[in-house]
Amino acid sequence: MDPAVLTETLKNGVPTSWYLTLSALLFAIGVAGFMIRRNIITVFMCIELMLNAVNLSFIAFAHQRQQVSGHLFTFFVMVVAAAEAAVGLAIILTVFKNRSTLNIDEINTLRN
Amino acid sequence: MDVFFFSLFAFIALICAINVVLQKHPISSALSLVGVMASLAVLYLMLGAEFVAMAQLIVYAGAIMVLFVFVIMLLNAGVEQHKGRSWVARLLGLPAFVALLGLLCYFVQRTFSGTGSVKFGDFTGGGALPIGAALFTDYLLPFEVTSVLILIAIVGAIVLARKEMD
Repeated sequence: MDPAVLTETLKNGVPTSWYLTLSALLFAIGVAGFMIRRNIITVFMCIELMLNAVNLSFIAFAHQRQQVSGHLFTFFVMVVAAAEAAVGLAIILTVFKNRSTLNIDEINTLRN
Repeated sequence: MDVFFFSLFAFIALICAINVVLQKHPISSALSLVGVMASLAVLYLMLGAEFVAMAQLIVYAGAIMVLFVFVIMLLNAGVEQHKGRSWVARLLGLPAFVALLGLLCYFVQRTFSGTGSVKFGDFTGGGALPIGAALFTDYLLPFEVTSVLILIAIVGAIVLARKEMD
């Protein structure tokens, strides 16, 4: 972008597209972590990171359209994430009790 | 001032997110994730979403992450062991990922370049009152369905964790 145009734009505040870019970057980092990590708890945390990234773009669009609906979607995503964390961590506890490992390479009974 | 605070907290969020992925120990990942969530809460405040920012701090950074840390300590999870990856993944993984990030930035900037700016105080409809009003009128059905979802999650978590006890 042209520096003069950019300076003029930044006088009005931060462009909405910057928030959306940050959201996209956080989501991509979450996806990368989901694929390269081998610890089941870290994989779960990367899912939470992706949910947070999506929440940021909901809020950015809510600000752009001056509507409160985006905030409510974020609220519902948080509720679902809380329920998911409770059930997911209970599943991890059960898996660890049966297998004594947290490495997702070794938890492959469904495949064989 | 807006640009300064956005840059600062976006930088913190990105560094912490990369740290979540790169740390070998789950506890370090969890603490970095708390950093991501706290800086995102500040960004929500700048976007005029006071209620969501506080809910983010209380529900995410408070409740969910404490649950994660409890489980990590309960299972005594240590540093993860690495098995060998294929040489293709080793060689092409990082460059391909950086290329993906670059393409993402380029296309998001291009697609949403004319969507206006964010100035602190532009949007004041993010308090508890407008959210509560919308939640109990337009979004009443999803709100009630949420209560059923949470009930199912409670029962499911208890059933799964009960096997752990005996």
